[in-house]
Amino acid sequence: MDITPLGDSALIVHVRDRFKDAPEKTLNEVLDVRGRLEDAHIPGVIELAAAYTTVAVFFDPIRVINHAVEPDRVIEWLTQKIHESLPPGERKRRKKAAARTVEIPVCYDPEFALDLDHVAQHARMSPKEVVDLHSAADYHVSCIGFTPGFPYLAGLPEKLTTPRRATPRKEIPAGSVAIGGTQSGIYPLRSPGGWNVIGRTPLRLFEPQKNPPTLLRAGDRLRFRAISRQEFEAWTF
Amino acid sequence: MNLSVTQAGFLTSVQDLGRNGFRQFGVSVGGALDSHALRVANLLIGNDESDAGLEITFGGLRMRLQDKRVIAWCGGDFDIRSGSTPLPAGHACVLDAGDELAIDQPKIGCRAWLTISGGIDVPPVLGSRSTDLRAKFGGLIGRALRDGDEAPLGNQSEFSRSLVDLLRERRVASWSSPVEWSSTAKTETVLRVIRGVDWPRFHEVTRQRLSSDAFVVSPDSDRMGVRFDGPELHRNDDVDHVSEAVAPGTIQVPPGGRPILLLGDCQTIGGYPKIAHVITVDLSLAAQLRAGNHVRFSEVSMANAHRLLLERERQLERFRIGLRLHDS
Repeated sequence: MDITPLGDSALIVHVRDRFKDAPEKTLNEVLDVRGRLEDAHIPGVIELAAAYTTVAVFFDPIRVINHAVEPDRVIEWLTQKIHESLPPGERKRRKKAAARTVEIPVCYDPEFALDLDHVAQHARMSPKEVVDLHSAADYHVSCIGFTPGFPYLAGLPEKLTTPRRATPRKEIPAGSVAIGGTQSGIYPLRSPGGWNVIGRTPLRLFEPQKNPPTLLRAGDRLRFRAISRQEFEAWTF
Repeated sequence: MNLSVTQAGFLTSVQDLGRNGFRQFGVSVGGALDSHALRVANLLIGNDESDAGLEITFGGLRMRLQDKRVIAWCGGDFDIRSGSTPLPAGHACVLDAGDELAIDQPKIGCRAWLTISGGIDVPPVLGSRSTDLRAKFGGLIGRALRDGDEAPLGNQSEFSRSLVDLLRERRVASWSSPVEWSSTAKTETVLRVIRGVDWPRFHEVTRQRLSSDAFVVSPDSDRMGVRFDGPELHRNDDVDHVSEAVAPGTIQVPPGGRPILLLGDCQTIGGYPKIAHVITVDLSLAAQLRAGNHVRFSEVSMANAHRLLLERERQLERFRIGLRLHDS
């Protein structure tokens, strides 16, 4: 397993080379590595962040040095500790947390679905077929990022692959469900963005007053359920 | 007791040392872009070094306190005064109840960190009082300060109270923090970097360019990152990589070739190639960069980056002990 520095205060553990060839397997391996590193409680490590094929290990170099490590050997020492926490023989033994399945209600109403026609044209199908396909698929949250709580979703039916917009929108409404390349995603906050918006969920994906602050986590399974405009309105009030 | 903002200025926000532990939820670290400056300004006035202060961008701030407290600030080349009394960087200064503190535009640099004894006592959100301006939470109701705002102040420490008493006549302390900590803005900035994981993906000529050319800061820069107008850095390949973690200090190169140096409010992940990383101790200098500034990069080893950080930390420890002596 390759471990490379990300500046002077983080290391990136490369669990696999590629993501697309086996998203679910990769995701499980990455989350397993994150779990093992959490359990290892390596001195000086502040936090871990998984993304697709990697786990980033953020550390405080001073705290590592205070743990009787020579200032010249911080990376060497941490790399060794990380390797020790991930013995190759024990890969499957750690109890895997059961993946949750979260259902996301989506209203594909034309008022919310700013780019549904564009996606439909690109896929050479009707908007209704796009909606049916999008809401019938099983997704995985491969990573949370871009803005707090934004889930990058693997599992978009190949036919719906649509390139990002050439010019990103300055503002996309909170709750917008979108397609960017081979992935689907949900904008938790009003923000700029370049993905093709095809619907909106009434759910809140990021609530900073709660812990954890996000509705979704990497590893979650996810399904979209089409709802009517009436249902959407009822949810909001 | 409160702080009253008469005039909020260009961009003033509540910041502490940032938000750790929530990257996996996509939450930026944020916090004072020069966390060392905030720590020093806090220590000078008897605060906990992690107390929240104000990050002031391009000045224009006018404010008053409801009661007498000590203040300090570190950062760019600002002119800060109370009435006719100049309040120099890196000094504990007493501000009387009702006296106006005024900060004008900086001559060099762009940001200052101002601390007030007791700290700014807004409720912590996700473990920090820092304002996340993009996601709109933390700080004062998730936004930058506005004219007429009131911000709550915390209780002062014993040390802070004794400073208020000690400095009641002369107002400005005779001692100060090291100048290189309190006045961080430069006209010609050299940032020390270590190589990024994508270093080998750039042409030899491009790599040399990174260490020899001057890069011009774009007006398009903000708390997320410093953008450079040029020169452009081009890759050997067009292969897009899977997104992975990025961090403040990361220099990423989008397809157009214009590098971006990420700062505290940067996203937690990114897919652009990472050519290099500014070392932690030099983030203080990066936080002062403004449009038109010329920046050069110089490569150091990882061991050097860590030794420099350790050296600064040891100096800070000696400084902390030294400050306590003024109190006895």
